[in-house]
Amino acid sequence: MELSRLPAYLAGRLVKAAIVILAIVVCNFFLIHAAPGDPASIIAGQSGSADARFLEQLRAQFGLDQPLYVQLWMYLKGVLTLDLGFSHRQQASVAALVWDRLPATLLLTGAAFIFAIVLGVTMGALAARRVGTWWDSIITVLALAFYATPLFWVGLMLVLLFSVTLEWLPSFGMMSVGVEMSGIGKVLDVGKHLLLPALTLGLFYVAVYARLSRATMLEVADQDFVKTARAKGVPEGRILRRHILRNAMLPVITFAGIQAGQLIGGSILVETVFAWPGIGRLAFEALLARDYQVLMGVFFCTSVMVVLFNLITDLLYAVVDPRVEVS
Amino acid sequence: MTTLSRRGLMAAAATLPVLWRVEDAIAQGVQPKRGGTLTTIVNPEPPVLHIGVNNQAPTLIVGGKMFQGLLRYDAQLKPLPELAKSWEVSADGLEYTFHLQENVKFHDGKPMTSEDVVFSIMKFHMEVSPRARGVFARIKEGVAVNPTTAKFVLSEPFEPFLLMFDVTVSAIVPKHLFEGQDFRQAPAVARPVGTGPFKFAEWQRGNFIKLERFDEYWKPGQPYLDAIIYRVVPDSQSRRLALESGQVILTQSNDIEPFDVPQMRARPNLEVKTTGWEYMGPLMWVEFNHRVKPLDDVRVRRALTMAVNRDFIAQRLWFGIGKPATGPFNSSTRFYDASAKAPGFDVNAAKALLDEAGLKPNAQGVRFTIKHMSLPYGEVFTRLGEFLRQAFRQVGVDLQLESVDVGTWSQRTANWDFDTTINYLYQYGDPTLGVERSYVSTNIKKILFSNVSGYANPQVDELFAKGRDAADPKVRQEAFSAVQKILVSDVPLLWLMEMSFPTIYDKKLNNVITTGAGVHASFDDVFLA
Repeated sequence: MELSRLPAYLAGRLVKAAIVILAIVVCNFFLIHAAPGDPASIIAGQSGSADARFLEQLRAQFGLDQPLYVQLWMYLKGVLTLDLGFSHRQQASVAALVWDRLPATLLLTGAAFIFAIVLGVTMGALAARRVGTWWDSIITVLALAFYATPLFWVGLMLVLLFSVTLEWLPSFGMMSVGVEMSGIGKVLDVGKHLLLPALTLGLFYVAVYARLSRATMLEVADQDFVKTARAKGVPEGRILRRHILRNAMLPVITFAGIQAGQLIGGSILVETVFAWPGIGRLAFEALLARDYQVLMGVFFCTSVMVVLFNLITDLLYAVVDPRVEVS
Repeated sequence: MTTLSRRGLMAAAATLPVLWRVEDAIAQGVQPKRGGTLTTIVNPEPPVLHIGVNNQAPTLIVGGKMFQGLLRYDAQLKPLPELAKSWEVSADGLEYTFHLQENVKFHDGKPMTSEDVVFSIMKFHMEVSPRARGVFARIKEGVAVNPTTAKFVLSEPFEPFLLMFDVTVSAIVPKHLFEGQDFRQAPAVARPVGTGPFKFAEWQRGNFIKLERFDEYWKPGQPYLDAIIYRVVPDSQSRRLALESGQVILTQSNDIEPFDVPQMRARPNLEVKTTGWEYMGPLMWVEFNHRVKPLDDVRVRRALTMAVNRDFIAQRLWFGIGKPATGPFNSSTRFYDASAKAPGFDVNAAKALLDEAGLKPNAQGVRFTIKHMSLPYGEVFTRLGEFLRQAFRQVGVDLQLESVDVGTWSQRTANWDFDTTINYLYQYGDPTLGVERSYVSTNIKKILFSNVSGYANPQVDELFAKGRDAADPKVRQEAFSAVQKILVSDVPLLWLMEMSFPTIYDKKLNNVITTGAGVHASFDDVFLA
């Protein structure tokens, strides 16, 4: 990689990213407002009684009595100054709502991400190394099972086993509430709560990484430079690490880039089943309640993450494989 | 089917003796014990915790611990003292005088006086709550006679007035924290300050709400519990597991799906109660849109009513949580007339009526096709839609199901954009407060919970008006009996079930349901044995 070209490259990418994000914000705005119902009618519905004055008051307070283009302009102005707006439904600023929930989601998806890559690539490498043996068969079958089983079902079954039957792990939440704990106790407590949801979320990706790395490793293992290495007497373990694995990593990185982009938004189901107080649930509940500002705020953060991780992935290619150039 | 009913019977047999035992124990005076934390569930998570500013069921349940009303009500809707220790009504039914408890303090240490009471009724709830506004607009004058006496003078008699003082309707809020501010955005909305036995401690959104014991609570020695923690658990199966594994020891309202209740009944450590909803008195029905042919024809509506086995719905879909509806009034609502009954289940008579209405079946046996928008409030309503499709199919009516989310349902129901849907409304114990709105033609509006079906009958309008304005309960009974007879003959809606909701708790918890508002009560007397 020529380092001198990097700043110009980055600047170009960032300008493009800004345009893409702005376009996403506008699209989201119209998509959300196209959904039937508005926050006022939903609050009226949930309150069990309403009159015309009540609806008017709510709509005026939420700014829904303004024409749509005015609402869009107000929102864009806000986003450009990094102000994500105010949720009148929840009487809190969107930035505060999102920031409150972001760490929980990042912890969950980050744990699942690391777990998936480490276990998945290990399984794939193991299967490729012993291709055709019963090791390979077991790993392939396991990967297929993880791949095909619905997330929520895996979650419920894990809860049934570890929380209900064995009573080892809590079945929901992120921490014990109402118990005083020291620093280490707290970390352990969160860890106990994290185990099942991270496992549930990660299993699918374990399968993907295992299959992906097995397939590419087998492909690379057949190539001439591997045979050459073997012919000149390089030990097998070194061949695997230095020659095969490194060359087989590109598709894995591509996929990891995609998964990383989904770190924020991709865990609604698991957050729901395990009552994990993350951002996916915040978005889902905002959608049902037509809490426009919150939903757009989460979408905004998600799109920034996706664009960011695409950029990081592209840079990583160049690091892992010097033949790839940034341009 | 046989296994189902057998399981139901076994569960019922298992519960009965247990029920007796607990009741007996309380009667024998189990000594209340101080201490302990109650961990329970709140679902769905409310957007705002301040009662009045938000009136969703979860807000009222959590808010009911932090706030109090002037009165409480028993299961027969008889008023009981709460912040008011006694009250008088003048002979002409115009003046209501409340004598307040002494030494009541708000959570910020300031005393609660009649000024706060007058402010709450005349200003706060008048501004934020449409339901309170509808009734309190009749108050001509609210006076703080002295610090412990508040008087309200009505412009004309309003007999159900005394039903309006529960915490869920008109909680007493601190005047000093709201006066001169936008009530919806005052700082006290985010940190509620009431007179209740529990004060707001912490709310981690998406995670939990924590309430702590208020040490200066006005009842000596109470509350017994140290804290109440409401966990947010969005998935119904996870809620069930949390209860089964003892991670929470109380569930209420919609927390547990009806089809999971039989298994909870079978667990020896759990108590299942369906009482404690008498004050709300919810009634569920199929909403007919009278603007859609042939639903404008009373014969068709009668026939569809006769096509539905309401016992099946109560027993097999709701597993006995609720009773089959007999007509437009919940039997817990005042002036309910048991002699006015909607047509019963009779498939052959239904077919004959549809023939008479000129709706002959075509070659596929279908007389006509209508749509049904499922109520998006849980799995059980989807099952109800499927059951109705089968029931209507038996008499040759094709029901097409549509699934929608809450936003879509709210908008389409309010805009009369449906053929049929399910709805349930609280009746608030009195026909004027909670029944009239669904039937009088003056309330045909494009707003939820108005008369969205479009039913209009001048006689019905007149009788509801008479019942509303009469000061004498006898006159009201006559008017409401007459209106029930007309309604069961017109069948503007297909009444299905008097709803209730299961309250399920660990048996070590005592005094959970003591009033007609059940889990909305303050819990100052709840204790862990």
